[in-house]
Amino acid sequence: MAVLQFREAIKHAIDEEMSRDERVFIMGEEVAEYNGAYKVTEGLLDKYGYWRVIDTPISELGFAGLGVGAAMNGLRPIVEFMTFNFAVLAADQIINHATKVKYMTGGQADCPIVFRGPNASAGQLGATHSVAYDSMYAQFPGLKVIYVSEPNDAKGLMKSAIRDHNPVLFMESEQMYGLKGEVSDEEDFIIPIGKGKIKREGSDVTLVAHGKMYHFAVKAANELAKDGIECEIIDPRTVKPLDLKLIVQSVKKTNRCVVIDEAHPFAGLAAEIGFLIQREAFDYLDAPVLRVCLPDVNAPFSKPLFDAWLPSPKNIIDAVKQVSY
Amino acid sequence: MAKKGTSDIRFAPTGMESPEKGGVQKGVDLPAATRKKHKSLGLTTQHLKDMYQQMYLQRRFEERAMQQYQKGKFGGFLHLYIGQEAISTGTVFAFNNDDDIITAYRDHGWGLCRGISANEGMAELFGKATGCSGGKGGSMHFANVKEHFWGGYGIVGGHIPIASGLAFANKYNSNGRISACFFGDGAVDQGALHETMNLAQLWKLPTIFVVENNGYSMGTAAKRHTVAEIVDRAKGYGMKSAVINGMDVFSVFEKMKEIAEDVRKHSEPWFVEIRTYRYRGHSMSDPQKYRTKEELEEYQSIDPIERLKSYMLQEKLFKQSDIDSIEEGVEKEVLAAVSFADESPFPEESELYTDMFVEDNPYFHV
Ligand SMILES: Cc1ncc(C[n+]2csc(CCOP(=O)(O)OP(=O)(O)O)c2C)c(N)n1
Ligand SMILES: [Mg+2]
Repeated sequence: MAVLQFREAIKHAIDEEMSRDERVFIMGEEVAEYNGAYKVTEGLLDKYGYWRVIDTPISELGFAGLGVGAAMNGLRPIVEFMTFNFAVLAADQIINHATKVKYMTGGQADCPIVFRGPNASAGQLGATHSVAYDSMYAQFPGLKVIYVSEPNDAKGLMKSAIRDHNPVLFMESEQMYGLKGEVSDEEDFIIPIGKGKIKREGSDVTLVAHGKMYHFAVKAANELAKDGIECEIIDPRTVKPLDLKLIVQSVKKTNRCVVIDEAHPFAGLAAEIGFLIQREAFDYLDAPVLRVCLPDVNAPFSKPLFDAWLPSPKNIIDAVKQVSY
Repeated sequence: MAKKGTSDIRFAPTGMESPEKGGVQKGVDLPAATRKKHKSLGLTTQHLKDMYQQMYLQRRFEERAMQQYQKGKFGGFLHLYIGQEAISTGTVFAFNNDDDIITAYRDHGWGLCRGISANEGMAELFGKATGCSGGKGGSMHFANVKEHFWGGYGIVGGHIPIASGLAFANKYNSNGRISACFFGDGAVDQGALHETMNLAQLWKLPTIFVVENNGYSMGTAAKRHTVAEIVDRAKGYGMKSAVINGMDVFSVFEKMKEIAEDVRKHSEPWFVEIRTYRYRGHSMSDPQKYRTKEELEEYQSIDPIERLKSYMLQEKLFKQSDIDSIEEGVEKEVLAAVSFADESPFPEESELYTDMFVEDNPYFHV
């Protein structure tokens, strides 16, 4: 095990895959000469040169689509968005093209591409820079959606994403890039897409939390343990395909569940998981499934408003107490 | 496997190397400044005083804001306009007060020029209820719609079509107003610009597309992210165009006045490239390795505020003591704004749910 920062873990995965497969290249705004807006690609230009580490103009729609074409034509692009808020401009290429080209051509063309970058809020950056997009993209058939919480998961899943033969969205967080964690130094360490993980065992309530919210769930669980409430935390890691089996197994054991998701409430991951649990484990539930997510309003700038807006460990604790009557 | 020589392929132009080796030159080439004196531009000494005060206010407001940011008084992004003040000032003096202006996130100067007080501006940076956008927008979203400043926007290129929408409504209503959209050299590469230029020319909208080319898009020199001369984009659309020296407020004033009159008279769009330079990093967390200190100093030595001051003194229109008293007034105003922002209350938590919909009691999904 080596201790790596989140950003380093992602970089190591990209580096390993680039040296393994010459078809893999990375492009995006400031990824090359500036070494990445958040330094995820630091050193890759020096190692792989201008051929494979490529700065783009601020043309998200253009370079995302260019990636789709390059993927169809035999390459394996990694497209970095400075944040997924800006990928909205490229949504036509992701949603209308990357996900549909194989199907529309009756299987003639594949699209092995990774779209990656930070997702969701990162402090007081205002309404246009704070949206969590993982649930939205998971709505569309033809996409795999990953949103990781820890360096080890980041490394193993990034490698899987690059090797996958389909379009994959890989989501990170500006606020987690500096986070350190143990990362496997097993050669060719891979975590399969679609596998969640029980990250804390407990018998009283199941918390499902991914991405940045995973860390809030851990905080809440540590607090609750002081009151004798033992939470089981499941990090799905992959939003789609979702590791439903793992969640259902846990709920059958704890009989209670709170889903924590940094998205707005309507039709988000929390709604989906709530529905699936009632379908798969209705008879096991001792309380309704609750969710902790963003309110149905835009991100405010002002600090106290922002703090009230973002789900907090306190919100999670309250929800757990509500289901643990 | 790679064919022989593929690893020499370069897609994006490279930076820090010499032009001979295929690298690019940095910064911007400034066109000649106007040689006209203030009177022949139709400016009075009072105008000069107001212009100087406005530019100095923008500068000191941001220098103080930067200090407050470094002290941890507020968070988020902070993009400073320092070096580019002649553009906002020259334009606002050239336009009618009800002409519509919209810009990107580097918006403090524009706000101050268009009626946002130092108090309201600083309070917005601090996220206070007394801020121009009630603390909801922060640095990137100054706005004063009442005085036709439609705000700063954070998605690069996102506000460009909106500016033409403002112009569309003006033409629809035949109200004689024009609109102008200010955006960076980086935004030139967005599809939104090209779709909108075509629409605006096709529908003859009374609007001005203005690129504030400050040489860089974040850490990327303009020549590394966009082809040819930016101003030549106009040709493909048959649009009227101009290049302006943005380090000289008289040049900006003169040209923007002519252009505004032309747009108003003919209801036809213009595409304008104003060349300038940003002194500070892109935002507060930029190590600026992509440019040299010498390059920065070259532009600082032709500072637009110093230039106006020298003119005012050399023409013997003002004494040094007059300048001093303008500067002292501004300094007081800005310091008072810092205290005002500091002492103002944060918005109430219930404000989270206001300004989402027009109704008093809207539906929120829970
Ligand atoms: C669609 C989109 N992509 C990327 C960004 C991140 N970003 C913010 S500012 C910026 C550079 C813009 O440069 P330019 O247009 O030249 O304006 P300047 O900062 O020089 O005023 C980038 C890449 C963004 N805000 N929106
Ligand atoms: Mg620029």
